[in-house]
Amino acid sequence: MSYAVLSYWDIALAACLLFVNAGLSLAFRLGLGKRLLIAGTRMMVQLTMVGLVLKALFALSSPLYTGLAALVMVLFAGREAMARQDRRFAGYWSYGIGTGSMMTAGLIVTVFGLSTQIQADPWYDPRYALPILGMILGNTMNGVSLGLDRLLTGAVQQRSAIEAQLMLGRDMKHAMRGVMRDAIRAGLIPITNSMAAAGLVSLPGMMTGQILAGVEPVEAVKYQILIIFLIAGGTGLGTFVAVLAASRRLTDERQRLRLDRLTAKEAG
Amino acid sequence: MLEIRNLTRPGLAPVDLSLEDGECIAVSGPSGAGKSILMRAIADLDPNTGEVSLDGQSRDAVPAPVWRSDVIYVPAEAGWWSDRVAAHFQDPDLALPLAVRLGLPADAMGWEISRLSTGERQRLALVRAFQAAPKVLLLDEPTSGLDPEAIAKVESMLHERIGQGLGLVVVTHDAAQAARLATRRFAIDKGVLSPVDPLAQTP
Repeated sequence: MSYAVLSYWDIALAACLLFVNAGLSLAFRLGLGKRLLIAGTRMMVQLTMVGLVLKALFALSSPLYTGLAALVMVLFAGREAMARQDRRFAGYWSYGIGTGSMMTAGLIVTVFGLSTQIQADPWYDPRYALPILGMILGNTMNGVSLGLDRLLTGAVQQRSAIEAQLMLGRDMKHAMRGVMRDAIRAGLIPITNSMAAAGLVSLPGMMTGQILAGVEPVEAVKYQILIIFLIAGGTGLGTFVAVLAASRRLTDERQRLRLDRLTAKEAG
Repeated sequence: MLEIRNLTRPGLAPVDLSLEDGECIAVSGPSGAGKSILMRAIADLDPNTGEVSLDGQSRDAVPAPVWRSDVIYVPAEAGWWSDRVAAHFQDPDLALPLAVRLGLPADAMGWEISRLSTGERQRLALVRAFQAAPKVLLLDEPTSGLDPEAIAKVESMLHERIGQGLGLVVVTHDAAQAARLATRRFAIDKGVLSPVDPLAQTP
């Protein structure tokens, strides 16, 4: 396998593009120049550190440290998903539901992929486990945050429609059905769309990377298809678990709609 | 018979109240005084404490949906969960005669909810509640959007149901309506429910 090794000079040259963006921002007074540079620098520092951490983890190949790294990834994903919600449960419920559902979906699908199709040896080999978990989490996070956001917004906006059914003696499962369906659908639309557009509109990044690194296109495509299936499975599972758990938290043992358990995001 | 002992929740002082079968009581009070809060607490739609029972059966002993189909609360602005009127009725064919009796036209079941007036919604919400065959009905300003003719039709149907044993709690600002429907009257202010003299003396 041969691939063009990048020198630091190559990267510095690519970074010039960011300065072009910053220049545009200055010219049109977008006020984005500073933020662009900070974001670009952050990206560079974060990825470099991840590269070093991955290098160390690969060398260790220890289940304990790999597990710790996976845990840290899940916790960050949970925080990121919550930052995107306009409405949340009071206390740690939103964070718990988001993180818990992503952990469930991420672990099940990653272990499934590692132990069957990829046949890593040992199965927790961080060289396979961490990148795959990362890709699954990144997409599941979108599904979970979109699904939860739609569920909580829907419950608030359709309060009178939901309660009207409760008032006539329908059970909560029945009354929430429409809102839950919308929420799960909202969580699954991005991955569905990206599957439909894959290859035609966009070349998936992982596949592109493999091709650049010298892998046969057909082999790279096979890997990409596998990963997309794992991602879709993880997103569906995570969204489903999150919406189900959140809808249970929206009600109680007397099947009331408990919007008092929500807090609106503070302004600013 | 609906019996309420020590029913309370935030915004509501402990309430004691009994409602016989076939009895109607009227509740009045300024907006924000706690009328809806009281109704919602009886229907168990918000967390509350206290002992509520229907015909000797404690509320806590029956599943919440069963309780709410026996004790139905119809708010002043009822909710709708589908686009068409007919989708809100267990049996639109059986509901139609009731709707027509309340002055709605014969094609009402095919209408879109978004095009209904307040008064049309109120009457359809009432028909919808009757179809669930409640033992007790909690009505929040059921005729606020109606003209006198329609009010008379609604009241006549309520009288008929009361005669058949329905227990009715009606929130109304109209003292004349309260006198026409109710045998006892209560006022609620700042979450405190108290009887209105002199009708309150009659059981």
